Amino acid sequence: MNNSDIQIKVCTGTGGIAAGGEEVLSSFKRILSIANIEASFQKKCSTHKVGCRGFCAKDLLVDVIVDGAKTTYQYVKPDMVERIVFEHIVHGIPVTEWQVDEDFHTFHGKQTKVVLSKCGEIDPEDIDAYITLGGYEAARKALTLMSPEEIVEVVKSSNLRGRGGAGFPTGLKWDLGLKIKSDIKYVICNGDEGDPGAFMDRSVMEGDPHSVIEGMIICAKATRSHHGYIYVRAEYPLAVKRLQLAIDKCYEKNFLGKNIFGSGFDFDLKIFKGAGAFVCGEATALMRSIEGKRGMPTPKLWRSAEKGLWDKPTVLNNVETFANIPRILLKGADWFRDLGTERSGGTKVFALTGKVKNAGLIEVPLGMTLRKIIYDIGGGIEGDGKFKAVQTGGPSGGCIPAEMLDIEVDYENLAEVGSMMGSGGMVVLDATDCMVNTARFFLEFSQAESCGKCTPCRVGTKRLLEILERVTSGKGKEADIELLEELSHFIRTMSLCGLGMAAPNPVFSTIKYFRDEYEAHIRDKRCPAAVCRDLITYSILEEACTGCGACKRVCPVDAIRGTRKMPHRIDPIVCVKCGTCFDVCKFKTIMKS
Amino acid sequence: MVTLTIDGQKITIRKRSTVLDAIKRLDIPIPTLCHHPELTPFGGCRLCIVEIKGSSRPITACTTFVRDDMEVITSSPQLEKLRKTTIELLLSDHPNDCMICERAGDCKLQELAYFYGIKENRFSGERRVYKNRDGNPFVERDMEKCILCGQCVRICDEIQGVGAIDFAYRGFRTKICPPYDKDLNCEFCGQCVAVCPTGALTGKMWALKGRQELNEVDTICPYCGCGCNLTLVVRRNEVIRVTSKTDTINEGWLCLKGSFAYGFIHSPERLTKPLIRVTTKEHSAFSVQQANPTLPSFDPSVSPLAKGGTEGGWGGDSKLQTPNSELFRETSWDEALDFIAKRLKEIKEKYGSDSIGGLSSARCTNEENYLFQKFMRAVIGTNNVDHCARY
Repeated sequence: MNNSDIQIKVCTGTGGIAAGGEEVLSSFKRILSIANIEASFQKKCSTHKVGCRGFCAKDLLVDVIVDGAKTTYQYVKPDMVERIVFEHIVHGIPVTEWQVDEDFHTFHGKQTKVVLSKCGEIDPEDIDAYITLGGYEAARKALTLMSPEEIVEVVKSSNLRGRGGAGFPTGLKWDLGLKIKSDIKYVICNGDEGDPGAFMDRSVMEGDPHSVIEGMIICAKATRSHHGYIYVRAEYPLAVKRLQLAIDKCYEKNFLGKNIFGSGFDFDLKIFKGAGAFVCGEATALMRSIEGKRGMPTPKLWRSAEKGLWDKPTVLNNVETFANIPRILLKGADWFRDLGTERSGGTKVFALTGKVKNAGLIEVPLGMTLRKIIYDIGGGIEGDGKFKAVQTGGPSGGCIPAEMLDIEVDYENLAEVGSMMGSGGMVVLDATDCMVNTARFFLEFSQAESCGKCTPCRVGTKRLLEILERVTSGKGKEADIELLEELSHFIRTMSLCGLGMAAPNPVFSTIKYFRDEYEAHIRDKRCPAAVCRDLITYSILEEACTGCGACKRVCPVDAIRGTRKMPHRIDPIVCVKCGTCFDVCKFKTIMKS
Repeated sequence: MVTLTIDGQKITIRKRSTVLDAIKRLDIPIPTLCHHPELTPFGGCRLCIVEIKGSSRPITACTTFVRDDMEVITSSPQLEKLRKTTIELLLSDHPNDCMICERAGDCKLQELAYFYGIKENRFSGERRVYKNRDGNPFVERDMEKCILCGQCVRICDEIQGVGAIDFAYRGFRTKICPPYDKDLNCEFCGQCVAVCPTGALTGKMWALKGRQELNEVDTICPYCGCGCNLTLVVRRNEVIRVTSKTDTINEGWLCLKGSFAYGFIHSPERLTKPLIRVTTKEHSAFSVQQANPTLPSFDPSVSPLAKGGTEGGWGGDSKLQTPNSELFRETSWDEALDFIAKRLKEIKEKYGSDSIGGLSSARCTNEENYLFQKFMRAVIGTNNVDHCARY
């Protein structure tokens, strides 16, 4: 990059495209060429599509780099492009009112970007951009200078653990893969990210696909494997497209195929599109899916390292795990290990969402406290509400209450408090969230996505969900909490795979930390957070109602009566508790109780 | 070889055996629903859980290899409680209509419910309900009774090599069905029916034929030279279904004919006495076409065999075979054999041995076929002898 260049970087991740990334990019191209910037300034002027940089709440984000000085604009729309070009690029005065605000800097300030370091910086469809930033150097080093044993040793001492959720030491897994003798071995990248609200793997695959491929090449060398698959859900079309493009470019440049880097090492890589089952994120189910069978977990008579895909030794890692590998090889195991805690090295990407001010994708060193993540990066609770809990680990995780905000995030600590790392979802809940309903929501997901193979998961989660539905609809019985606990314990003990075993976690943790909410639902038929529809009533505070009629107009069942400029009333018999009136009332006179 | 201890008993067993193999070898009772010794371990029903020293959670015996010095406990209050809950959950999604179930008394789930004393269910709730009946002619598929043990899926894939059915849908709605949830349209070997532990899969011909006063008669399948062992289930002198035992030469596996094609036994069209043609071909009142009735066309809504043996089965409405036909007259074996011998002799004398040919049948035994060719060669004096299975 030349400092005297003009560069425009437009986010074209899935979020960016949804916010109009493609249109903004073409607007920039059009206006820059009309204005003939290159000729009049004698500078090279380029526009780039880049991956997601995490802060999707402010999309569309556009970087304008003039003479090395970077200015980031937020909420950019196509009609804003003209002004940015003329004021900022032509006249050299950035458009201050459209620049990112303080939140953007709070959000990024405390992060440590390793995996996401290239996301949002480089054009994911341009292999040269990746190579310019040191791309494929690690693979070259691994293939030409290092023995498989040396690579495994580096990964082992880096303390890298599987980022898919279970946290199995990656070096150990590779070591097992290396030691097994077989004519054919496979390397698989698990890109079947299915947790609701989690999109870290997608962002990496869309924003920096080459680092995943490079990690896989290194893994192939380390385990003496010559065949690889990237398993991506078909619901990630952009990730599939960019990965395929990246693979094609790699074959062109001989980073994949026969005799890579002239080292005599061969490695072929293919994409396999998953059909959208959550359970296919489970390693054995994923392998069955590639084999063309139904994605169902198989009992672990054999370890995958011994008999995996088509009964051949297989090493399977998550997208984020692979993306870490090139960095570890280049910067050294010590650097990576020192980033994290004693038990797990490096950083972890989290999808921070829910009632937090700055929602988005963040990357922090392992060992950072939840408080720091939520308050220092997330900027605290939205609308200055009261923090209630943070749900980590997606549908298999648990809810962590306020008194545990100071735990340092790593695999063991999260498991200890009844949650889990999972793939890295982090949903912040405030006083307006009902914990019973939250548990019900996640159970609904786990139940719908159960593969149906084992009884505890298939029928057990269904019955768990039915009891939770009973409780949230005010029909809970006195012994329901105990029944929930017993059934949850049963499912955890008896399920065949990790999905089933972890499915009752939301129930366990909410009963453990928020038992009073369950009791309020069951005994008092009351939802303390006023969320459960069957347990709340809407009423209008008559003395404050201005009679504007906004609520009356939107009520779908005509439950609101009243004459104009006079206080209105809600007929509780007709009301279906949809909450639309609550949302539209500007004077906050509609009460939920 | 590996030596381990199960419930205090030492056992030495081949490496790569499962803990369940060892338990079965010791003849220790342990409940299973999805296990089948000839199929790959499934680990779905979770009933064969055992406690293994050093492991914090119960482990399914069917999916664990034996290790040296392993200490296994197959029954404890905690294990039995977990097993009971598993059965309760299965029953919570089951019609529990044992009163009218074809398999009552011969159902593994019913037996477990009986042993674990499950009368009321703490988990009763929504149940899978399927209104459409599978219209195939042989296999009654009542998927409401299915416990998704997957034995039918595995046997179809691993033993039969057909793969006509698999798991479909997800979560609570998971169901075993043919592709696109259509009617079963396979070779109808009936293997799935044979392994089903509940009343989910039964023969359509079995319906309402009775569940008590049954006798079992072991015999050999007459259909081909494989000689599969059959066990006829007989009630009031009527064969009401056919099964096969696993300790036989065919290990309990049968094909379509062995499983379902027994309707001929009680068919009124079955020949029980010899017939002699009374009208010559030229004077026959029937054309050739009429004399060779075509098989009834395949109608998926009505099973030809479901009508039962007494209604004729595949035989159609041929008048040729009925004793009352004007073409034939009933006779004694003595007369029939004399007649055949006389005519054969006449033909042989007049036209020579090679003017006679003999066709034998796959449904005869080896010995019968041997005798037949011997008869053709030594008595008739011709090599014109062949076999129906060749064309």
